[in-house]
Amino acid sequence: MVRRHPGAGGRRGRFRPKGRAVEPKALAEVRAVLGDRPRRRDLLIEHLHLLQDRYRGLAPSHLAALADEMRLSMAEVYETATFYAHFDLLDEGERPAETTVRVCDGLSCELAGALELNSALRAAADASVRVVRAPCMGRCDRAPVAEVGHRHVDRASADAVLATVQGGERSPCVPAYRGLTAYVDDDDGYRVLNACLGGMRPFESVVEALDEAGLKGLGGAGFPTGRKWRIVRGHPGPRLLAVNADEGEPGTFKDRHFLVTDPHRFLEGVLIAAWAVEAETSYIYLRDEYPDVRELLLKEIDLIEARGLTPHTRLELRRGAGAYICGEESSMIESLEGKRGLPRHRPPYVAETGLFGRPTLVQNVETLFWVRDILEKGPSWFANYGGSAGRGLRSYSVSGRVRNPGVKVAPAGITVRELIDGHCGGMAEGHAFRAYLPGGASGGILPASLAELPLDFGELEAHDCFVGSHAVVVLSDQDDMRAVALNLMRFFEDESCGQCTPCRVGTEKAVKLMERERWDEPLLRELAEAMADASICGLGQAAANPLTSVLRHFREDVELGDG
Amino acid sequence: MGERVRFTLDGAAVEAGAGETLWEVARRRGVDVPHLCLSEARGYRPDGNCRVCMVEIEGERRLTASCIRRPEPGMVVHTQSPRASRARAMVMELLVADQPARAEAPDQEAPIWRWADRMKVSGSRFPAGARPAADPSHPAMRVRLDACIHCNLCVRACREVQVNDVIGMAQRGSQSKIVFDFDDPMGDSTCVACGECVQACPTGALMEATRVDADGTDRRLALEETHSVCPYCGVGCQITYQVADGGIVAVQGRDGPANQSRLCVKGRFGFDYVSHPDRLLRPLVRRDDAPPKGADTEVDPRAPWTHFREASWDEALDRAAAGLTRIRDRAGPGALAGFGSAKGSNEEAYLVQKLVRQGFGTNNVDHCTRLCHASSVAALLEGIGSGAVTAPFTSVAEADVVVVIGANPTENHPVAATFFKQAARRASLIVMDPRGQGLARHARHMLRFRPGTDVALLNALLHVIIDEDLYDPQFVQARTEGFDRLTAHVKAFSPEAMAPICGIDADTLRAVARKYAQAERAIIFWGMGISQHVHGTDNARCLIALALITGHIGRPGTGLHPLRGQNNVQGASDAGLVPMVYPDYQPVDTDAIRQRFELLWGRPLDQARGLTVVEIMNAIHDGAIRGLYVMGENPAMSDPDTAHARAALAELEHLVVQDLFLTETAWHADVVLPASAWPEKDGTVTNTNRQVQRGRPALPLPGAARQDWWIVQAIARRMGLDWHYDGPADVFAEMKLVMDSLDHITWERVEAESSVTYPCPAPDQPGEDIVFADRFPTPDGRGRLVPAGLVPPDESPDADFPLVLMTGRQLEHWHTGAMSRRSSVLDSLEPEAVASLSVAELARLGAEPGGRVRLATRRGSVDLTARADDAVPDGAVFVPFAFAEAAANLLTNPALDPVGKIPEFKYCAVRVEALAEPR
Repeated sequence: MVRRHPGAGGRRGRFRPKGRAVEPKALAEVRAVLGDRPRRRDLLIEHLHLLQDRYRGLAPSHLAALADEMRLSMAEVYETATFYAHFDLLDEGERPAETTVRVCDGLSCELAGALELNSALRAAADASVRVVRAPCMGRCDRAPVAEVGHRHVDRASADAVLATVQGGERSPCVPAYRGLTAYVDDDDGYRVLNACLGGMRPFESVVEALDEAGLKGLGGAGFPTGRKWRIVRGHPGPRLLAVNADEGEPGTFKDRHFLVTDPHRFLEGVLIAAWAVEAETSYIYLRDEYPDVRELLLKEIDLIEARGLTPHTRLELRRGAGAYICGEESSMIESLEGKRGLPRHRPPYVAETGLFGRPTLVQNVETLFWVRDILEKGPSWFANYGGSAGRGLRSYSVSGRVRNPGVKVAPAGITVRELIDGHCGGMAEGHAFRAYLPGGASGGILPASLAELPLDFGELEAHDCFVGSHAVVVLSDQDDMRAVALNLMRFFEDESCGQCTPCRVGTEKAVKLMERERWDEPLLRELAEAMADASICGLGQAAANPLTSVLRHFREDVELGDG
Repeated sequence: MGERVRFTLDGAAVEAGAGETLWEVARRRGVDVPHLCLSEARGYRPDGNCRVCMVEIEGERRLTASCIRRPEPGMVVHTQSPRASRARAMVMELLVADQPARAEAPDQEAPIWRWADRMKVSGSRFPAGARPAADPSHPAMRVRLDACIHCNLCVRACREVQVNDVIGMAQRGSQSKIVFDFDDPMGDSTCVACGECVQACPTGALMEATRVDADGTDRRLALEETHSVCPYCGVGCQITYQVADGGIVAVQGRDGPANQSRLCVKGRFGFDYVSHPDRLLRPLVRRDDAPPKGADTEVDPRAPWTHFREASWDEALDRAAAGLTRIRDRAGPGALAGFGSAKGSNEEAYLVQKLVRQGFGTNNVDHCTRLCHASSVAALLEGIGSGAVTAPFTSVAEADVVVVIGANPTENHPVAATFFKQAARRASLIVMDPRGQGLARHARHMLRFRPGTDVALLNALLHVIIDEDLYDPQFVQARTEGFDRLTAHVKAFSPEAMAPICGIDADTLRAVARKYAQAERAIIFWGMGISQHVHGTDNARCLIALALITGHIGRPGTGLHPLRGQNNVQGASDAGLVPMVYPDYQPVDTDAIRQRFELLWGRPLDQARGLTVVEIMNAIHDGAIRGLYVMGENPAMSDPDTAHARAALAELEHLVVQDLFLTETAWHADVVLPASAWPEKDGTVTNTNRQVQRGRPALPLPGAARQDWWIVQAIARRMGLDWHYDGPADVFAEMKLVMDSLDHITWERVEAESSVTYPCPAPDQPGEDIVFADRFPTPDGRGRLVPAGLVPPDESPDADFPLVLMTGRQLEHWHTGAMSRRSSVLDSLEPEAVASLSVAELARLGAEPGGRVRLATRRGSVDLTARADDAVPDGAVFVPFAFAEAAANLLTNPALDPVGKIPEFKYCAVRVEALAEPR
């Protein structure tokens, strides 16, 4: 027989164009969920949330349809969706779990028995319930914590969590807070803002007041706020404001505290900052672990807009999706652009080239929270808070082995000893003070013998530690420092964005080495040095701090040798 | 930026140029700082993620990645400090920890191993992580993510350089993973197999399948390299053949002006046709007892002995020449014709047309340009006096508005498309085509107009531009003629009047017209969707008018660019493989010109214009042409109404075919001459950008195959011509005597520079990319505006043939499939003939995707597999013409454009039926 064609004829042709096809049904569903919302790329994470909220998971067919609808490549959608812990990607044909229970495994929760809670829930829950671990939920003063859907269970027991599962409530519980009426009528709210908008408070006088007060970035970096405002305003417009409400540093819950108690004081700070840098749009990037805060902010923002308090800027509340790295300002900006939260290289700094390439003021929640009070009460009120001779005021998130954990507003430079004794009612029953984390997971670990150090920016660096977000976790004689350090290193391994080798591979190798019976000290030290020296951002640079702290202060808790 | 920066590097005072990084300054000074995630290839931005290039800057707390950091005045940088060296070695040790053992690595000489050697990192003290399994799903590439270092180069290659957007970095942290689409196997993904990722990968995690064994381990081949040019499309990508044991193993992209090291699937993976078992290795002559010739003759290329027998070169050449000579002497020169090839070199094209003109004594010489851009060239010659592009396609980088009409570059000019997609990030891309396509996702406007209504659409745009005073009056006044005539003509073509005809609403037409006219710099690209119509010349006239009235021509970022099809269709046309003109488009019917060539070639020449491809077929049927010489063309597949064309070939008294394979055309031959494949050839080719480039032989000729120039000369001598060329360099030297376009372009210069653009002003200056800044090469120097009226397609759908058939190409296959279907990777990716229809149209026909359908037109019918593809509009079907078993051109309409003489391949009436037959 004559072969009529030169091909080998070994395969059948494809029935469709290359790759996954967009299913008409999935496309219709995606369009229904998105409604008339813009299909801009920066809204990708918002749109993924909408789909997941509606279908309890992200099916491949929906992701393909979303890519098509947003004119993105499938790879772009997939890499963003898989980067964030809160997105549940389903396999082909997989049905989402009826209920997802997340159990916080932050250090404070682990100290309070989160691992046992997790195991108990896995054993007790039926197949409709999916139990997963989750990083710090910012409720460390009520450890251990679990979340059923978007409903948090504080001081959780397995029984209490299962009762919530049974009860069917999945939406957040918004606690009582000072609302707009109370803030305006009883507390002279938004008068400072109106003075600024009305030209009564010139820009220069505002930043001078912030300078004089010594207000610094309270997200952890401590950069002088007034100076930052001047720098941003000095760059040619249009400019933007991005508020970092992604406090993810384990042990930190102060921003949450201010947001759920007095949101308008924060919002007034936002609007003043937006006025100061003439920000066209002010984004608030809120961590997804705070659904209650989201609910109240959406409501209150509507109210202040209706009151005409935002003539100068457009407020946009954005939702994180479970990524610690997005607390890093340039990662947050990437996330606001709808991408994976990878830190950017500096220079250029975000003040010059930030969100969408524009000059951007990035400011933490608490920093903005104090702006109104400083402008109203005068800089010395803040600077000399508690008679502390100019150091200023700080909010310490205290958790762990103390009697009364919580947010403690205190003069900057207070010692951990004073915090425990003066603000927390001493140590918890049966615990003797042994050590503390001065600045969350990344700030290192200090022994009780160094309990008299002032907790402020620049004071702990000599001990290879830092105060960062002022998250103080108190540890006792019952805590194994090796286990503490391993908990923290695992956290960094989970939360590393994966961009640079020292952090991506370094944290993974460090965990493996620290899991061994004996620690290979020379190798761990070499690794720690390279991680600190060669990582792109603060996460990798600080990730080895707990490890070096143990090698420096708690050698008795580890066996050293060749691994 | 822009200023030089003084700083201190390793104790020396140095200066950095604008934008230079620390790494670049160090390299310039001879300091090799290690690097893995940094590619030195053009188009790759540094990413600073691998951290093996860390250096120390005094006063900074942390080390910095030298590949991405720019120096600041007064900075003091140490590349060799102990701290920096320690960090680099530790990073390398971390990476090596997760690599496979070197003996099991996919590429044992990959940059990661070479740098590990230099840094004296021989192993790792760290425990290894998880080892992902290999992905062997793709026929061309092997994926071994166990060798991946997450450097992102493949993501940048796929997303930023080629803009194919298939590869992503999914998950995060230590779970980070390179994925294709949704973590699909590479072979099931949207991957178009450009192989850019393989070229960029510094570890071998992505490798050519030919360079590794079945386990994905390095075959450790000793590769010899030869620089050449890609043999497929008119983009003209420069390539490097990598040869081992006498065979091509791989092809790498080379930094040529048109491709900047990029390639597509054909150029990179479609090379093994040269060693296909079907390759002709000995001359063949028709057996005396062969069955009679007929339109339905079919010969198995691997068992041709029913029709042919082997012959010596002497016998075959004697027979070839004698047959031609006999007909010439008996029936006159007009009874002969020759087809040259746009797949060969300029020198070969020149020799073929010279043989036909000097030896046969006729101007009946043509080639496949007739079938692709003849109408474009006709309109361009008429409008601006030159048939070539006015600007290279890389000029898009400077355009604000980019119009692509009647072209599907992601399939047909894939590397040019990468530049369009990159430009679309900044500029407004406007795509106009009845079919959806890969560029649409990147386009600001996608106008899917009704097939065959190009002139209505384009006249509406001209109407808006003139009606709204958006044209450039100074340019019109100084540089054009015919504006008043055009103005009067397009008055009737308002967007409102044209919208119902072309199917694009009036508002969109207005918006697009304004955008094009108001752009600072706008450029137009077109393909065969414009040219292959009976109104192809009119279509092109409209595009020329758009550029002329807006002044979008002659400046960087502006111009007219018909995307040329074949690798050497520009060069073959320039060399005179056209029946109306000698080399350099000098008319055969101008006495002074003809006399010059008569003097040069030493005999009287044919005074009349010759016949074109389709006209030659008709003349054979009429008995006027009796003998045909075909070098490297396959009209039995490429001509419209192929049954008619094959019947013509069968009627010939004498047919000589010179080719690589026993093509469908060769089935009807009397003598078949085994010729040279591109990787065996030495010669020049001219791409769509007017870049004359050098091809060099990477392989010896197989069997008794001979160089084409040698074969043409052998026939010429046997026909009594006194030819004594020793090789292509001699031919090139002769071409320079008759082609002013090659001024200042010598064989030696093309050898040294690999690429020189014509026209070229001086031996030591680059050629001119952008032409016609001041005047057009027309008699009066002005561009001519030619109005175009509405001409319907020659054949419209009716009750019997209710759908529209469009033909064209697909990414993986080349024209009639002679080469690409014999390339194992390409054949594996697109193994059979398919008819693409929209999902809705398939449903209406009651056909399943993957089911069999029969396509019938007034000329013939073929059966093929249905493909569901919503890029095809309802009411239409698309079929690529590369598949012999379902030859699309059995269906197409041979009606010609009256000016360009190009057939209407893009439109005819067809009936589609679902077949019950199981596959």
